[in-house]
Amino acid sequence: MKETSALLRRFERRHLLRSGLSLGALTMLTGCNLQDGDSVDRVLWAMSRFNDRVQALLFNPNRLAPTYDASQITRPFPFNAFYPEDDAPDIDGDTYKLEVSGRVEDKSPWPLSRLRALPQESQITRHICIEGWSAIGQWSGVPFRIFLEHIGADLRARYVGFKCADRYYSSIDMATALHPQTIIALDYGSAPLPPEYGFPMKLRVPTKLGFKNPKHIAAMFVTNDYPGGYWEDQGYNWFSGS
Amino acid sequence: MPPALHPLLVRVTHWVNAYAIVCMVTSGWAIYNASPLFPFTFPAWATLGGWLGGAIAWHLAVMWLMLGNALVYLAGGLLSGRLRRVMLPVSPARFAQDLKAALTFRLDHRDGVYNAVQRLAYITVLLLGGLAVLSGLALWKPVTLPFAELMGGYEVARRIHFIAMAGIVGFVVIHLALVALVPRTLLSILFGRIPDASTEKLP
Repeated sequence: MKETSALLRRFERRHLLRSGLSLGALTMLTGCNLQDGDSVDRVLWAMSRFNDRVQALLFNPNRLAPTYDASQITRPFPFNAFYPEDDAPDIDGDTYKLEVSGRVEDKSPWPLSRLRALPQESQITRHICIEGWSAIGQWSGVPFRIFLEHIGADLRARYVGFKCADRYYSSIDMATALHPQTIIALDYGSAPLPPEYGFPMKLRVPTKLGFKNPKHIAAMFVTNDYPGGYWEDQGYNWFSGS
Repeated sequence: MPPALHPLLVRVTHWVNAYAIVCMVTSGWAIYNASPLFPFTFPAWATLGGWLGGAIAWHLAVMWLMLGNALVYLAGGLLSGRLRRVMLPVSPARFAQDLKAALTFRLDHRDGVYNAVQRLAYITVLLLGGLAVLSGLALWKPVTLPFAELMGGYEVARRIHFIAMAGIVGFVVIHLALVALVPRTLLSILFGRIPDASTEKLP
């Protein structure tokens, strides 16, 4: 059953990229002896995995994303998700608990008050969307490294995965998880994250594209098994570092 | 037999580059359409990738082909001295003289020898290519690589990348128009030489 769903998923992925080949692409490909959509897809997926490795090599764990003045913040900061703004999940902050699993020592859940008790940091950074636009915002919360150390996470594991209340999911590499600017954002500006920006918490990663900053996180896990992601499984490059 | 007008290396890298440029421009237009900088979008039929994820997959795959090909071309051209021989010198006086001749349809076309207008055009498009690569790297890695900050930030780099694209597309349009005027140049870039090559006036 598990195998079938994995196969199905793989098929769906392929199908998505293949259906992405426009007429223009096909006419051009005919001239280049790449007439089979499947083999083109395989090349594109292989190149995307190659680009993951190149980006992991290029990534400098100490290089900081540029920061900005409060006067440069984009107002209003744009809403962005795979659904309209009205459909942002309505979460009760009083009963909310972040679940933790995988390669960690302490798997106890985290109510918001417990997260607020950890050291907090603030940043004004540029959010760059894969679509091309960018916007500057201010996020504050717990440095992710501190959180990972606090729960006794295996810091040599390869991935940290996230499952969100809006059915979104994503994952990042451990090097990026430990980057000093990667934070569990609880506030936007000086107030708790509003629903449209990811209440009750969003992973803010200024060294990655916007879609690698999951909102409404319900659970996170540390793993060595590639967890993929909502957009990544459809063809967005997984590493997508900036 | 006289030496080839275009050595094999130039011919191979030309056609690889032609394929790569078409892929990069059309997938780039699809990426542009996801968040247009200006009040227009490119028609869907002229884009590659079908949706944003496909377009980016194309763009970031073919960039390696384009970059590798460009390095081979530049290394070959610099080591053989050919690049310097065919592109230089370009003096303002020669340029003005040849431009005037071209505009009045009195410019000689001599196979294998570039006039000053051509030289400047080829040098410009090489520089535009370099600008497209640098601004592209700035957009791909605005934090990791220093290019975005050197250019004045991510949003400036976006515009520079667009301008470089527009310049390259402009070059391609003129390039193809000139091939249409002197079709036998197509033979030399395919086979290296032109049967019965002789100097003649542009039509």
